[in-house]
Amino acid sequence: MTSAGPASINIKLKVWRQSDAKAKGAFHEYPVTGVDPNSSFLEMLDTLNDSLVHQNIEPIAFDHDCREGICGACSMVINGNPHGPETGSTTCQLHMRLFKDGDTIVVEPFRARPFPVIKDLVIDRSALDRIIMAGGYISADTGNAPDAHCIPVHKRDADIAFSAAACIGCGACVATCKNASAQLFLAAKVSQMAMLPQGRVERSERVRKMVATMEAEGFGSCSNTGACEVVCPKSISLAHIARLHRELLRALFL
Amino acid sequence: MSPTPAAPATPDRSHAAKQLQWLDDETLCLIPQSPGGRLEDKWDRHKFQLKLISPANKTKFSVIVVGTGLAGAAAAASLAELGYKVKSFCINDSARRAHSIAAQGGINAAKNYSNDRDSVFRLFFDTIKGGDFRAREANVYRLAQLSNDIIDHCVAQGVPFARDYGGFLDNRSFGGALVSRTFYAKGQTGQQLLLGAYGAMMRQVARGGIEYYPRREMLELVVADGMARGIITRNLLTGELESHAADVVVLATGGYSNVFFLSTNAMASNATAVWRAHKKGAFFANPCFTQIHPTCIPVHGEHQSKLTLMSESLRNDGRVWVPKTAGDKRTPREIPESERDYYLERIYPTFGNLVPRDVASRQAKRRVDEGRGVGPTGIAVYLDFADSVKRLGRKTIEERYGNLFEMYRKITAEDPYQEPMRIYPAVHYTMGGLWVDYNLMSTVPGLYVLGEANFSDHGANRLGASALMQGLADGYFIISATVEHHLASAALKPITVDHDAFREARAAASAKTLRLLNIGGSRTADEIHRELGQVMWEYCGMSRNAEGLGKALAAIPKLREAFWHDLHITGSGESLNGELEKAGRVADFLELSELMVLDALSREESCGSHFREEFQTGENEALRNDDRFCHVAAWEYREGLRARRHIEPLSFQYVPLMARSYK
Ligand SMILES: Cc1cc2nc3c(=O)[nH]c(=O)nc-3n(C[C@H](O)[C@H](O)[C@H](O)COP(=O)(O)OP(=O)(O)OC[C@H]3O[C@@H](n4cnc5c(N)ncnc54)[C@H](O)[C@@H]3O)c2cc1C
Ligand code: SF4
Ligand code: FES
Repeated sequence: MTSAGPASINIKLKVWRQSDAKAKGAFHEYPVTGVDPNSSFLEMLDTLNDSLVHQNIEPIAFDHDCREGICGACSMVINGNPHGPETGSTTCQLHMRLFKDGDTIVVEPFRARPFPVIKDLVIDRSALDRIIMAGGYISADTGNAPDAHCIPVHKRDADIAFSAAACIGCGACVATCKNASAQLFLAAKVSQMAMLPQGRVERSERVRKMVATMEAEGFGSCSNTGACEVVCPKSISLAHIARLHRELLRALFL
Repeated sequence: MSPTPAAPATPDRSHAAKQLQWLDDETLCLIPQSPGGRLEDKWDRHKFQLKLISPANKTKFSVIVVGTGLAGAAAAASLAELGYKVKSFCINDSARRAHSIAAQGGINAAKNYSNDRDSVFRLFFDTIKGGDFRAREANVYRLAQLSNDIIDHCVAQGVPFARDYGGFLDNRSFGGALVSRTFYAKGQTGQQLLLGAYGAMMRQVARGGIEYYPRREMLELVVADGMARGIITRNLLTGELESHAADVVVLATGGYSNVFFLSTNAMASNATAVWRAHKKGAFFANPCFTQIHPTCIPVHGEHQSKLTLMSESLRNDGRVWVPKTAGDKRTPREIPESERDYYLERIYPTFGNLVPRDVASRQAKRRVDEGRGVGPTGIAVYLDFADSVKRLGRKTIEERYGNLFEMYRKITAEDPYQEPMRIYPAVHYTMGGLWVDYNLMSTVPGLYVLGEANFSDHGANRLGASALMQGLADGYFIISATVEHHLASAALKPITVDHDAFREARAAASAKTLRLLNIGGSRTADEIHRELGQVMWEYCGMSRNAEGLGKALAAIPKLREAFWHDLHITGSGESLNGELEKAGRVADFLELSELMVLDALSREESCGSHFREEFQTGENEALRNDDRFCHVAAWEYREGLRARRHIEPLSFQYVPLMARSYK
């Protein structure tokens, strides 16, 4: 708002268009003019889509909902980076002031074997739901709970659990990984539960089942490259993967 | 299709007859079915009196739950835990992405962990007063009672609430309260609570207790033999219309703030499910009660798609101010302390920056109207953390609000640790919704409504951190008890999707979709929606008057006309088609908006969020009229006719009616 940049910029978008899961997709080019640098990346796409509708061209399909970086719906690869060039940011939190007048911006869907393309930039991430189904919870039926203060939790542990629980399930970690591994996503959930006394009861079963499901869903294995941590919009730390390994070892040998 | 119980009660109307009685020739009196007895004992007694179904028999009953926000996910999980066969639906690609995920600041509970003399009664009292005496005492008391169970349950689920160095749960304060009772997980409380409920839901999906239908949009409610028995959904990927039958239907589809186009709600938040249910006989209560939240990032331009909230929790440590002189164009740091007006602290010395939302919002608007607004547009006020950073250190502020400051920085490119935030009110929450009785049942027997979709507990103004509490109380603790009673007593006949009622509803949904696709006009759904939003913000927003409301009443039918004659949609009905989805929702907003205006016009008083300029005190505070309006307005849909206004009278036995003061 106060940044003293140009009043508006013109850019060229190269966007992946694919009419359905079976179609062969291709890049299409669209010039977008008069872009307000203070608008968000998705608002820029809205404007383009509006003009496409007026030309009777189907607008570009993309997933989005909260537009505040918390729901994990938005999922685009921008100039080769899942969620674009800014670290610690989702696609919906990018603003056009990051780009320059005359830039060409390449936009693709997250690409990974377990995430088939549905249409244009929309992908199917239901495999992540199925990993959670395998054990990403504490089996506490409603009505069972003792008073919240009956088990104090060390602040350090609670903070670590929170830092893991902040994962938004976007799948950028999978999209960037050369093995299409969901290790960071899975580790975040296992780690959150392992840090809390309430989560320790089921820790062995949880980690075993979740890892097995991840493998069955066709995600690759982790080769410790660390690309996931770099693109993760919530900066989920690789330390959680280390904890996942410990949890798995513990589950196999204890 | 309207459930007007004018005729002597036929069997399927027997319930409606209990809920509805004629006051005069035109107006029905809605009876909430609140149990008798002492306030403290009502819920316990009621639970005891509700009929039970044996554990083995529960598996024979099916429940449809629409929505997977806090209310819907909690309901689906808790019902499946008990053994019911649950079907769960949401628009999003995963239940975890429901709009509740975005709630920031926290959730209230009457634990009194802060030892500041909080209690169930105080939470009840604050909520009734905060709602400006337009909520039902029995419901609100139950909510306050259940608040403590929610915290216990969420901790057991592994929700990582903030803790202090002793390992105990930390609390913060929110507007409208003088105690610290808000539990939080940084600025991501909704996310953590929702992921807890989503986990519980996924556990039941794995067990087979829940059939899970993401990327589905409910288009019609199916009412057969006077009972809600199913829904018609559109598969958003294939366009297929699907029929689902069940023994009861639970709607937890969230609020309708997106009527205003720009709001803090998620892009897909909509009124379609509740509006279609309204047209099938569910009365709509207090539609004009919309909350305008005081601390949002101001509008920046015409292409803006939504507004971003800066959590109310920031008012714990941030001070709101504007320059004393109108038109002062200096940067905030150039304006010396003596030339700043910390107007909330000045006008409301007791509550200061923590007055309720409606009060804070109106005061901000007043400053802007006086020409004392700040920033490039002049439509903003400052929220300043300089004192707190000095007093508490940057690290503490970062711990409390790190992610919110970061969000602000990303959107505005300004650093709120250095410069004050600029904020302005924005539409945020709808207190109105489908009318429900104490059992959370609407005026359509067998249709239950939970969370923000119902009208229940917040009266004319919701206090911060109370929506999460209400959604979870409804979903985890209330619905299982009341649905069980209904299933045990309603003598439901078996039904399949071949029933005529399903065929008709499916045909109606299909006809509507075709009609939308075939208009062949020239305007996009967004364009018309944006225009509707401007009309609503101008005339039915932060302050209202008869003249403006009259203008809105003239403008909305014209917009509707433009929509149905000049809409343009690309693509087909047989695949993922975002334009078609938007158009369907805008069509419903174009009808609901008119009801909101009618409601605002007919409520000739000011209360909470509903500020009618004609009715104010000498100090510009809301002036209630308890003689004429101490009631809930509940609107009945009538095809081709103007909606009819009925009432649920409210009486206050435990919190005496008083003028709300935060001075
Ligand atoms: C930015 C923001 C911050 C907030 N912060 C707080 C806070 O700190 N504390 C607090 O107490 N409250 C807060 N609130 C309010 C609170 O988040 C909401 O009131 C609450 O989460 C609503 O929950 P819900 O379960 O009723 O509905 P929602 O979470 O809105 O869920 C609605 C569900 O219904 C589904 N749905 C909708 N229509 C259909 C349809 N036709 N067919 C099928 N599915 C449908 C959606 O897909 C979704 O799953 C905040 C709100 C906002 C916008
Ligand atoms: S770990 Fe990070 S990148 Fe992976 S799903 Fe979670 S938030 Fe997204
Ligand atoms: S739209 Fe929700 S995270 Fe981007």
